[in-house]
Amino acid sequence: MKVAVIVFPGSNCDRDMHHVLTDVFHLQSQLVWHTDALPKNIDAIVLPGGFSYGDRLRAGVIAAHSPVIKDVKKMAEKGMPVLGVCNGFQILVESGLLPGALLKNTSLNFMCKWTEIIVKNNKTPFTNKFKLEQRIPIAIANGEGRYYADEQTLKSLKKNNQIVFTYAEEVNGASLGIAGICNKQGNVVGMMPHPERSAEQIINPKNAKPASLIFESLLNTLGVTA
Amino acid sequence: MSLTPQESEYLEKNIGRKPNPLEFQIVAAEWSEHCSYKSSKKHLRILPKGGKRVISGPGYDSGVLDVGDGYVVTVHIESHNHPSAVEPYGGAATGVGGVIRDILSAGTRPIAIFDGLRFGNIEKDNHARWLFKNAVRGIADYGNCLGIPTIGGEIEFDECFTNYALVDVAAIGFGKKENLIRNRAEKGDYVVLIGGSTGRDGIGGSQFASDKLEAENRSAVQIPDPFIEKLVIEVILEARNQKCIKAMKDLGGGGLSCAISETADAMGVGIELDLSLVHKREQNMSPSELMVSESQERMLVITDIKKLATLKKICEKFRVPYSVIGRVHTDKMMEVKLNKKTVAKLPSQIVANAPLLDRPSSKPKYLKSIEQVKKPTTPKDLSKTLLEMLSNPNIASKHWVFGQYDHEVGIRTVVKPGGDGSALRLDNGKFLAAKIDGNSKHCYINPREGVIGCFDEACRNIVCTGATPIGMVDHLQFGNPEDPEIFWTFTESVQAITDYAKYFDIPCVGGKVSLYNETDSGPIKPTPLIGVLGLIDKKPLIPKKIENDDVAILVGITKDELGGSEYYEYIHGLIGGKCPVVDMKNSKKTQDAILDVIKRDIVKVAHDCSKGGLGVAISKLCITNEIGCTVSIEKIPSEKLRLDELLFSETHSRFLLVIPPKDEKKVMTLLSKKGISHGMIGKFSGSDISFQEKGKTVTSVRVDKAQEKWLNSLEGLVTHG
Repeated sequence: MKVAVIVFPGSNCDRDMHHVLTDVFHLQSQLVWHTDALPKNIDAIVLPGGFSYGDRLRAGVIAAHSPVIKDVKKMAEKGMPVLGVCNGFQILVESGLLPGALLKNTSLNFMCKWTEIIVKNNKTPFTNKFKLEQRIPIAIANGEGRYYADEQTLKSLKKNNQIVFTYAEEVNGASLGIAGICNKQGNVVGMMPHPERSAEQIINPKNAKPASLIFESLLNTLGVTA
Repeated sequence: MSLTPQESEYLEKNIGRKPNPLEFQIVAAEWSEHCSYKSSKKHLRILPKGGKRVISGPGYDSGVLDVGDGYVVTVHIESHNHPSAVEPYGGAATGVGGVIRDILSAGTRPIAIFDGLRFGNIEKDNHARWLFKNAVRGIADYGNCLGIPTIGGEIEFDECFTNYALVDVAAIGFGKKENLIRNRAEKGDYVVLIGGSTGRDGIGGSQFASDKLEAENRSAVQIPDPFIEKLVIEVILEARNQKCIKAMKDLGGGGLSCAISETADAMGVGIELDLSLVHKREQNMSPSELMVSESQERMLVITDIKKLATLKKICEKFRVPYSVIGRVHTDKMMEVKLNKKTVAKLPSQIVANAPLLDRPSSKPKYLKSIEQVKKPTTPKDLSKTLLEMLSNPNIASKHWVFGQYDHEVGIRTVVKPGGDGSALRLDNGKFLAAKIDGNSKHCYINPREGVIGCFDEACRNIVCTGATPIGMVDHLQFGNPEDPEIFWTFTESVQAITDYAKYFDIPCVGGKVSLYNETDSGPIKPTPLIGVLGLIDKKPLIPKKIENDDVAILVGITKDELGGSEYYEYIHGLIGGKCPVVDMKNSKKTQDAILDVIKRDIVKVAHDCSKGGLGVAISKLCITNEIGCTVSIEKIPSEKLRLDELLFSETHSRFLLVIPPKDEKKVMTLLSKKGISHGMIGKFSGSDISFQEKGKTVTSVRVDKAQEKWLNSLEGLVTHG
């Protein structure tokens, strides 16, 4: 089972994600440079966090036009699990794979802290090992992390069960407290918090077990018995 | 841009002729105080630099320490004071960029940033607040974009920094020993300039930093671009992996003049370069502008004919601009050409080694009486005083600052910022702890004991994570060295650092000297900064949640040492009194004992007792754990002291240990056996921080009230002030 971790110029959580997938969850993962073609035999795609193109213009907007995104779209349409974390989520939104936008936090500052999110959809490839309403202690680190969508979009997100995670506390002013969403089919998930920073007990100041279920869900989806 | 008459004469004598104007500019840049260390170099030779873990090599811009299993850690510290005082955002950001490239130069990946920030009184001074806010944002925007966690630091406010700023940045790198750059070059090798284009920013920056800050010289401040820096990091590390780099140097102060002359001198070769080949962002730049521009995000790489094509390919993959600007020769000359015509030719050894100075020094007169001041009277309501102390910007929570820094990226941060030292996990299963400390208030009152105290405090912070110190860096910041009294405080500090380093067997693996830190209103207080690295073989002490009935054990004796304390200065407005003095023998014994106790896995929290004294240390533990504590003051091991002195004395070599009740005896016995003064001073429970004398409460504040003050004071000042 192989996971492609896409590296854009300015990605900086790519190696962290690679480490967690490979060394902690024993998935084969491969870093793929954004101008290279996606390897043929992959089973899932991750867009990691960072500052692609230095967040110029708007976070994620330039990377959304990278050559590799065409391939990612094709695979997403075929139903392949795709996860975008932080800047990866911003890129998914800017490329149109997910609806809405990510705006500056209400504090207008970059914020790095530990918080809790709540599972609202446990049917996606990254949440199928969770119970609904389960809480996950998790790290956040972003400047433009406030999810925003218009009323119409929010309504349809709710109707189609596309809200995957919400914050347990007020964090950044996000619409409906949204921390992560998925597409209508449920295979493309974007989230601002960092599961790769939270799934190992040694660096999680609370409890790493819930966050690790995000990766165990992927293993489950791919039919790997842990 | 200038040389003294003696320096001009020395130069002419050594090159046997008058330099042309361009040569004069090149030498003036390199012989500036900032680049040449001409005032300080002779004195720095006494610092102990060797040790069993120290790896040294020619031309290393950072210290290298062997951490076992084929891995090394690199460390460096820099400041960007003058630029940050003029343009805090760009000055602080490029300060981060510069020190990161020093780490990169060794061939190691930067894995952590620390920063030490100093400004005027932000409670009263709008300008200081503006400097502070923007310096923090500059560091955040730059470090966050690079994906290098800023995992610690310290902040001090003092009137001596009015209209000025000290912005110190330390960085740590990690890599395999076999990948260290060896810095060797042979005739015919290629000199490649990689990264940002060269422009007119930062022209003469090193000379600007080598004089008192009088006029705001914005063109001397460099412009930051963290995105290019991030790409440069990846280019260099990939080039390192593909063995494309024979030698490397970061372009910093003095620009090409400094990088070329120092590289050639360190390797004993000659370098010829053609300025017309340099990639530029502006047209019609003169040769001297090109030679002294301090445009950021540039690296100088030396490669050979076999690897040049691969190196170019890597740059092209990341779309990082580069230019092949020259070749290596054997003649030990630096030869600068423009369109193939020689415009400057100087022996690199002469350029890279300014004639050193013997500056006169004399003990400052103020030191005679400053420790003998009349003690202030005890405030009537010490509970109120404790709350005031907690809202003092020097003591209040700095979460507004480190919350803006990504301190988790890289997933190494095991002991997080905000407590004592921070700790990172390394790839060999060990942990690296680090901390920087400074204290201008103590150093002003007693330059020797002050800096020893900073060193001791940094070590104590490291020890609190369970680490043994393995190396240190120093950053020596003073006013104008031409003033003998200021120069005396510099030499006194170097001697003190040397004494402590030798006693504790901690090698000095790097450092920096920053002089001329003064404005029209005068020099800064002496502000040496000490950074200490420590290694943990097995398990770091990650602070655990304090619960009901846990006990507080205070290790070390509290003495009548309130000179330079936050209590004297913030509460009483008094500068003076007896500076805390470290008893090195006792401190070493205490640190060893604490490490021994921590290794037994029975300590929930180990906390250094320093700024603000015991009163603040206990309060911080209560606030962050949302639990009360009752302290019996007669149990505090101490000299005969007044209550306010017991609470706020800043005596060194003290630790607070939080121990579960069942292990109390074990720890007490262990400390007694080792002959360490200690006392079980209180128990955690309830919702009040209270101090009792013979069962009677003498001072008490509610935890939630203390928390509100401590958490919100600094943030309130910067967001609503």
